[in-house]
Amino acid sequence: MGAVAYDPKVVTIWEGFRDWFARKELAFDYVLYSNYERQVEALVAGEIDVAWNSPLAWDRTRRLAAGTGGDVRALAMRDSDCDLTSVVVVRADSGIDDVAGLAGRAVGVGAVDSPQATLIPLAHLRACGLVPGTDFEVRFHDVGVGKHGDHVGGERDAARALAAGDLDAACMIDGNHLLFITEGTLAASETRVISQTPAFDHCNFTALASGPADRLERFRALLLGMSYSDPDVRPLLDLEGLREWRDGRTSGYGPLERAVDELGFYDGDGNVTAAGYSP
Amino acid sequence: MSTVGVTTVDLEDVGLDRGGHLLLKRALASLDPGARVEVRGQSPDLAVHLRAWCRAAGHAYAPSAADDTAGGGGGRGWGLARGGEAASRTAGSVTRGTAVDALFFGAQRAAGSGPGEVADHAPATWGLAARGAVVEAGGPAFRFPLDTRAAVWAYTAAGIYRQAVAAQWDPATAVDWDAPVDLPVEVEAAVVQIMTYLIENENAALVVPARFLAQVHPHFREVMGVLAVQVADEARHVDVFTRRAQLRGGPLGMSTAGGQASLKTLVDEPDFAVAHFLLSVLGEGTFLSLLSFLERHAPDAVTRQVTHLALADEARHVAFGMAHLEHVLAADAGFRTRLASAIHRRHDALAHTAGLNQEVFDALVVLAAGSWLPRAVSVGFARVQALEAEMADGRRRRLVRLGFPAEEAADLAGLHTRNFM
Repeated sequence: MGAVAYDPKVVTIWEGFRDWFARKELAFDYVLYSNYERQVEALVAGEIDVAWNSPLAWDRTRRLAAGTGGDVRALAMRDSDCDLTSVVVVRADSGIDDVAGLAGRAVGVGAVDSPQATLIPLAHLRACGLVPGTDFEVRFHDVGVGKHGDHVGGERDAARALAAGDLDAACMIDGNHLLFITEGTLAASETRVISQTPAFDHCNFTALASGPADRLERFRALLLGMSYSDPDVRPLLDLEGLREWRDGRTSGYGPLERAVDELGFYDGDGNVTAAGYSP
Repeated sequence: MSTVGVTTVDLEDVGLDRGGHLLLKRALASLDPGARVEVRGQSPDLAVHLRAWCRAAGHAYAPSAADDTAGGGGGRGWGLARGGEAASRTAGSVTRGTAVDALFFGAQRAAGSGPGEVADHAPATWGLAARGAVVEAGGPAFRFPLDTRAAVWAYTAAGIYRQAVAAQWDPATAVDWDAPVDLPVEVEAAVVQIMTYLIENENAALVVPARFLAQVHPHFREVMGVLAVQVADEARHVDVFTRRAQLRGGPLGMSTAGGQASLKTLVDEPDFAVAHFLLSVLGEGTFLSLLSFLERHAPDAVTRQVTHLALADEARHVAFGMAHLEHVLAADAGFRTRLASAIHRRHDALAHTAGLNQEVFDALVVLAAGSWLPRAVSVGFARVQALEAEMADGRRRRLVRLGFPAEEAADLAGLHTRNFM
């Protein structure tokens, strides 16, 4: 399995799961990648059987596989990967009441490759009638480029810039808006949400349809059998941010697929076409 | 809050970013998994935050049917409507998940919270948890080798700890450091030599409990507390004896190889009960006589005060040592043989050493004499001999109290190190 090393805890998580799988007699090992583009390419090249993918990595795998006539599967995902939304936040005293009020303003987003803090919110604003870079200025907060926004630092930097008055609006996941207030990055009641994206799904375990079916099924079944009441895996589930693994679903990637097309992040064959993106 | 059908909780104007989650958790706590709570409130971002909070907490969230922003086309939803909401509206509903309960699956209560509810064995995974706490399963295992009640307990530990805390004294105010100390040079030198000797003994009495302190499972908190205060007591003794030694600005006295060899056998003793037997019962027990002697014959007020203060602390240390050994021997009378052999072993190990520093012995005579008249020196010498007899008798009495037959107790008392501690 491939995983992207966006944080040192990734080693703890997968070492722990590796031991747990070994106790269940699944010969499992993991490979760490510095960025999702390389991981996706390794998956498509058959170097790994499964990839723990960001939604953007899922989308690229799908495009790359389609280019060669192949198909991809989402084996499983976290309960917390389902039905996220992102929000556009302004300072409460800004006088900006809605998306139209952002015309001519500076909007902070996360890293250039963040689905949740950049691509989906920008496409959402576009759907609301404002063209990014034309009707408003886009300011990226590039932390961990290539890691598809897994590193929360970009979103936090945008939130800080908003609080400091350097931005007129900032985009972030709904949960991070709550987190940033709770941790004190943003003051309670001093920001307002002016727009919320449609719900979208996040990570999944991606495999090629041509992958080793039996082993992948065993992997999927073991994941779904993990219980939060099992003290051996609970700390790992906490680190990975879930309470239970669920069957993979692909119905929640529409908003991102549209954003990738509209913003030209990848082409139809999965080639990287985003300007200035070099993971 | 209704208890019929779907429960409703109204957070009023308190958002989840300002403590509203407590009201929500309270509403969910009384429900079974699968039960639903309708959440109402006036906070502008409530629906946005409710969705995120549920996702992180393992509860299912459903938007209010009338304002399903995120599920639909991305327009303005519940949370995004403006205009000074004065009345609460539905922000969505929460279906209670099972993850909250899973946290307690396999959790174990670390015995009871009272002194009578101490576990016989404290598992490594109870770790640093308070006695009586519910300990989540899956926590780290700590290495506390002294993890059984049999190994560390004394029934009077709680009382000794309370006494110890109540009897703490401040060297700055408990000793009249400005009292005149104007002794003849030889007498001052004798006091300094005795202080030098006391300091190294107090260092040993500090290091021994300190080494065990980190090995005792915190479940046995009374014992941990007694040892901690004991360490603090000895640190203070080192402090006041040092200050007395330096009071006149002269150099400190001699530390001998024999004295240190004797103390090293205490520091090296790996067994908790044996170490307490040798250090507290026999060593500090012997020191009770010594400190009392020094208080009685002190040539100045400061020496009198510091030995008096240390004496009271040492008596507590002896009391804990005795209580612990009584506890150990009540459960295992055979342990008495091990204690006897520990005395023999220590005696053999020190047989080739010089024993008590001759300078210390002479200094004690000088203090007990009070003058250089030959007759006074003779009286001083006799007093120190009487002190040694008193020390041996004290050891014998304590050994008898621990159940040693009278004759064996007398023999063992005589085998104690000539270095006193």
